Amino acid sequence: MMNAMIRDFIMQGGQMLLVLTISPLLLGFVRKVKARLLRRQGPPLLQPYRDLTRLMRKDVVLADNASWLFRAIPYVVFAATWVAASLVPTFRSGLLFSWTADLIAIIAILGCARFFLALAGMDTGTSFGGIGSSREVMIASLAEPAMLMIVFAIALIAGSTQLSFMAAFMNSPAVGLRVSLGLGLIALIIVALAENGRIPVDNPATHLELTMVHEAMVLEYSGRHLALIELAAALKLVLYLSLIACLFAPWGIAPGTTEPKLLLIGVVTYIAKLAVLGTLLAIFETAIAKMRVFRVPEFLGAALMLALLATLLRFVSRSF
Amino acid sequence: MITDALFGVLALVALAPLAITLSASSKAGSAIYGACLIATVALLTIALVALIGQQVASTVTLPFGLPWLGAHFRIDALSAFFMAVINLGGAAASLYALGYGRHEHAPQRILPFFPAYLAAMNLVVLADDAFSFLVSWEFMSLSSWALVIAHHRVAGNLRAGYIYLLMAGFGTLTLLLGFGLLAGPDGHYAFDAIRASHPSVALASLVLFLALIGAGSKAGLVPLHAWLPLAHPAAPSHVSGIMSGVMTKVAIYGFIRIAFDLLGPPQWWWSLAVLAVGGISAVMGVLYALMQSDLKRVLAYSTIENIGLIFASLGLALAFKAYGMSFAAALALTAALLHVFNHSLFKSLLFFGSGAVLHATGTRDMEQLGGLIHRMPKTAFVFLVGCAAISALPPLNGFVSEWLTFQAILVSPQLPSWGLKLMVPGVGALLALSAALAAACFVRVYGITFLGRPRSDAAHTAKETDAFSLAAMMALAALCLIAGIVPGLFIDALAPIVQTLTGGHMPVQIGTQWMSQWLSIVPIAESRSSYNGLLVFVFMGLTGMIAAFAIHRLASDKIRRGPAWGCGFAGTGPQTQYTASSFAQPIRRVFGTLVFRARETGDMPPPGSTAPARLTVQVHDLVWEALYAPVARAVGVIAERLNYLQFLTIRRYLTLVFAALIVLLMVLAIWP
Repeated sequence: MMNAMIRDFIMQGGQMLLVLTISPLLLGFVRKVKARLLRRQGPPLLQPYRDLTRLMRKDVVLADNASWLFRAIPYVVFAATWVAASLVPTFRSGLLFSWTADLIAIIAILGCARFFLALAGMDTGTSFGGIGSSREVMIASLAEPAMLMIVFAIALIAGSTQLSFMAAFMNSPAVGLRVSLGLGLIALIIVALAENGRIPVDNPATHLELTMVHEAMVLEYSGRHLALIELAAALKLVLYLSLIACLFAPWGIAPGTTEPKLLLIGVVTYIAKLAVLGTLLAIFETAIAKMRVFRVPEFLGAALMLALLATLLRFVSRSF
Repeated sequence: MITDALFGVLALVALAPLAITLSASSKAGSAIYGACLIATVALLTIALVALIGQQVASTVTLPFGLPWLGAHFRIDALSAFFMAVINLGGAAASLYALGYGRHEHAPQRILPFFPAYLAAMNLVVLADDAFSFLVSWEFMSLSSWALVIAHHRVAGNLRAGYIYLLMAGFGTLTLLLGFGLLAGPDGHYAFDAIRASHPSVALASLVLFLALIGAGSKAGLVPLHAWLPLAHPAAPSHVSGIMSGVMTKVAIYGFIRIAFDLLGPPQWWWSLAVLAVGGISAVMGVLYALMQSDLKRVLAYSTIENIGLIFASLGLALAFKAYGMSFAAALALTAALLHVFNHSLFKSLLFFGSGAVLHATGTRDMEQLGGLIHRMPKTAFVFLVGCAAISALPPLNGFVSEWLTFQAILVSPQLPSWGLKLMVPGVGALLALSAALAAACFVRVYGITFLGRPRSDAAHTAKETDAFSLAAMMALAALCLIAGIVPGLFIDALAPIVQTLTGGHMPVQIGTQWMSQWLSIVPIAESRSSYNGLLVFVFMGLTGMIAAFAIHRLASDKIRRGPAWGCGFAGTGPQTQYTASSFAQPIRRVFGTLVFRARETGDMPPPGSTAPARLTVQVHDLVWEALYAPVARAVGVIAERLNYLQFLTIRRYLTLVFAALIVLLMVLAIWP
């Protein structure tokens, strides 16, 4: 009993550490693939780790007007994103704390991180922060309902909003090919692009003030605060890719077990899935141009409508 | 039990004349609010004992009211719960007013009506016959109307009071008709007699829609909401908190009492209307809120959104009940009742906070505020808790009730009717949209009011508010957190109400096998969904603190201050910040062009001219223009036409009287 408890704790801790350590690597990998696609050498794979440690050691330069909230928010954002990311099954499902929050709650925890980040953008009282925050909440006001509708559609197929049960169901032959799942996948990809500030919604590499959203919000952050926010952004990307992998490619996830062989398979397939999804993301980002800000609502509106259609199909008939 | 409650109410009623006699003295405010605090705490205790003790309903009949009827009063689980909500809000407002009320320049306009208002709301939920119910309801409307026009010299307040009075009268009229239909020709006004009579489907449906209009107009459902954003902000802030946080809940009590208790088994298609108005109110309320720059008006519109959410849950509960899915009906009704409780907490908190801001700066216009987090740090902190709670962020309480509503939506594909199958996902999408927009709305409220740099001298020189106000706000903020991290306690407390009204119940949350899982809540079964606010709270707290500790220890903890990045322009003033309306611009452009026919026209001077460029934004309130304005015009036109009846000769008047008599006699003659 005690041993089982300790093993469960180790599994949960392992997942938390795995997502935390792998997230900068994923970022470096995506950047590398993008650079190679453009026939550039690109920064080394481990560059994000170096950036983060360098930022951690630097002094923080706070704007004159920054309040205590501005200093607390990086920790809140990081904690919320990390907790959310450690609740999505990666290499093993049925983790010790998996029942803490279902998928709806995970979305809401991410919403919590975004709420505070948007507040941070407004704290220093500059127009860049304001522009970033106001655009971020506009994007979120469409992306979040779309995400909830996707959750509804998939939850109605799997009969649960609990990710471990959803993954197990998606891995069973009962799923089959369904129209609503296809619509849900497309919508989920659109939402994931928007939520992570990737092209075509936002450009993570730009520092041209008028075109950016996420970078404008965090413009005043520096040093360790910026490091935490960058790490949280990397974690969020890992979270969304893990979510897509867990719902639409749940192969290899070790079901509530501690057998080393299955766990090893779980970890290896998880990393392989991240690599495939990361490559696809890089290819997509290279192939497409960034949109104007006011085209984004149409893009996200499409996701919302697709997800709503998927949910509606599930309400109308069980076979879709 | 009921006699204790009535004595408490009597004490509140007695405070009203006392306040009139005392109001000349300078200590009157403290005395009356202190007494209100004691009375409401006593009533709260009685309500909690009645709710948790799960005693049988106790009744009493007093010898006044209609002569053949008497006045019936009764306390059962439902009225005990709403009594608890009323008196918790009342107690918090009284505590807040101990500090806030001291700044009132004309306390005699408020002091007598405040305890009367609290007493009236208690009487509404205790009433056990239609007559006492309606009298208490009207008493509640009138006392709150007096409070709305307390500051009658402020521009717009008298108009707000006038529209409120009209709409309150309209609402009571529909309820009166509804109860009249239920009571039948023999006048069985006692609720017991109404329960025992089984009205026909057509009659019951008519009563339901009258109740939806009557209670909905009090609660602020779109399109009957027009008075609410005018009246709630006009009242003094502690009264605004009660009106928005508590009185709208009394209206919801009225609807639940009629729809779930008095009318008997529901029809499935009733829920269509309730769901539709609920979903539309939720989205419209928050969109309106995003377009406002008056702090208290934003909060009032956000009340409409939350009421919409509650009515949508009630609609789901009605649909489930109609098809005998009692466990799902229990889930939806629990979600609604829990949101009633949660909303009363954070909306009171936010109105109190806005009152503190109003007192400190003298304005509720967000465009004049900013940077208050530096000047009012404690108020800023509790206001932030309120904003996070109302934006449904875990681990606070707003999220729990919203999550339960979504869980109820997820069981609704089992409903057999096609209308509902098509309706429910649409309403689900509307609720999801309103939740996301609410977060945007409160980022805007908090960011503009408390963050950034002060936009006026008043905001620059603001001072922290007094200790009583802070104590009241902190108590509410603490309750928001507690209800968020141990929601199981509150869900279990609602079980007896849900059991009597729907015949089903949710799984017991506390003290059974879930205990081993640290107070998780499980609405249906563990394999379907579970949520644990406590662990989310602990996890987020721990990871945040570990990260802070590790970084400060291992990396760097140095801070330097410098000017914000201004793109090379030095000395950008506070007016270069984003304003409330510029923050809402992207959302206005996405949603407002359709909902408000929002138009922006830019006026650029020609090159070389030094004239300022101007941006004009036009926003139309389509509900007002399409519904209220034509009615008001029609009333005006008819009054104009009828005016000539005032200038007839005596012969014509006599002819008219005679004709009327003949017509009435003929009606009587041919009446079946």
